Amino acid sequence: MTSLFPNVDWLEIWQATLDTLSMLGGSLLFTIVLGLPLGVLLFLTSPRQMFEQKAFYGFLSLLVNVLRSVPFVILLILMIPLTVMVTGTSLGVAGAIPPLVVGATPFFARLVETALREVDRGIIEATQAMGATTRQIVINALLPEALPGIFAAITVTAITLVSYTAMSGLIGGGGLGDLAVRYGYQRYQPDVMIVTVVLLLILVQVLQTVGDKLVIHFSRK
Amino acid sequence: MINFQQVHKAYRVNGEEIPALQPTDLHIDRGQVFGIIGHSGAGKSTLMRLINRLEEPSGGRIDIDGEDVTALDANGLRRFRQQVGMIFQHFNLLSSKTVANNVAMPLQLAGEMSSSQIAQRVSELLDRVGLTEHADKYPAQLSGGQKQRVGIARALATRPKILLCDEATSALDPQTTASVLQLLAEINRELNLTIVLITHEMDVIRRVCDRVAVMDAGIVVEQGAVADVFLHPQHPTTKRFVQESEQIDENEQRDDFAHVQGCILRLTFQGEATYAPLLGTVARETGVDYSILAGRIDRIKDTPYGQLTLALTGGDLAAALERFKAADVHLEVLR
Repeated sequence: MTSLFPNVDWLEIWQATLDTLSMLGGSLLFTIVLGLPLGVLLFLTSPRQMFEQKAFYGFLSLLVNVLRSVPFVILLILMIPLTVMVTGTSLGVAGAIPPLVVGATPFFARLVETALREVDRGIIEATQAMGATTRQIVINALLPEALPGIFAAITVTAITLVSYTAMSGLIGGGGLGDLAVRYGYQRYQPDVMIVTVVLLLILVQVLQTVGDKLVIHFSRK
Repeated sequence: MINFQQVHKAYRVNGEEIPALQPTDLHIDRGQVFGIIGHSGAGKSTLMRLINRLEEPSGGRIDIDGEDVTALDANGLRRFRQQVGMIFQHFNLLSSKTVANNVAMPLQLAGEMSSSQIAQRVSELLDRVGLTEHADKYPAQLSGGQKQRVGIARALATRPKILLCDEATSALDPQTTASVLQLLAEINRELNLTIVLITHEMDVIRRVCDRVAVMDAGIVVEQGAVADVFLHPQHPTTKRFVQESEQIDENEQRDDFAHVQGCILRLTFQGEATYAPLLGTVARETGVDYSILAGRIDRIKDTPYGQLTLALTGGDLAAALERFKAADVHLEVLR
């Protein structure tokens, strides 16, 4: 083991794995909590929908596009003052989560909007005909019908977040990606690089598999 | 029950007004099965959606049970919609919910019943439409006819007083169509439910409706009792629908007529008269000979009817016509 991976400090790898998992878990949680309502709002106010609001949708859409077009590396640095305000530090797991959430939420909201758009208009009409309020239509019809699409969106977002966490190493965020860059790339220690990349690969693989299973489980078509 | 006064509807598309329904007066009685027939784009779907305000009228007044529904606020509209069931061409069931949960949905949304009361009502409804054993299946596992039965059960859940059927059988095969129409007729009888249905098939109108309105280009061009409209269509659009359903080709018919001599007439029988041995009697008494050029014996809803096109030759033609007029039949001399 030692001869094969001379530079690998397994304790450090273990710590970095935990960091990556908690960054992923924390940022995914907040991304869903913020992105799901944002996606629903985008959908409802978009043209030809229940709450069509041209100006509001245009503004929201632009905001989402602006956030999505800023490269994540830039966003990380731009976010530092805000992050310090929210979490008290711009370092470590806590410091990494706010930029991750801000980076992933607009992306996730767009995916939610698209998933909702896939719901048959006839189902919305039938629910309206039952005398449902808009809130009831969203909760009882739209979200359950779009659930497979929403799980697919969560899966894609989670995997995107894994690659974002690697970049958060730049601002001292820690985690596996950070280890890969600092040891593997900057110190020319390919063994560390290989171990971290394999661990990230396993993580992505697990996320995709679980995600696919959930999508299939909730698809009744 | 349902009363339209000068109701009209226009859509705004790119700043231009596109009329979908010209000012229309319409009256539908309680317990009636009212059919609206028209080709796609004729405005029948708009007309139906004005009843539960899935479409907002551009003007006019719609009274239902004496209440002006165009004046309802959001809350009033919600409560009113709970009294109007609706079924659809493509069923519009929630694919994510089981059959039982689909049927339970209007009751859950209304929020007036406990979950045990809802379960009780759902099992009643599934029993009514014959789907008890499919309660825990998902819509994707059902056939088209079964899906429409779920749709009907769902529409009846809140004990509505009106049922709107939007091309409810257009996606079904003929046999399934017949069984769904039969179910609708039963429900209409048992619950004294007012049914408004739209279709592009005269056959659907003939089988279940009491009254019919024929639409063309946003205008109701003809309306009346189904037997009258079906047997004696006045407007060209109505005539076309009847011909389509009877598979009559006008050119062929003209060709047939050219080959026969004598007087050509059409006799229409309704009710008991359908079974009377009229032709033989008249032929014997007046000495005319007849040949049958076309004919159909069928039912309009529950009433039997017959329609025969005859060529009469020889004998005392005037007396024969008098005899037909005196009998309980409708006579039209075509040539």
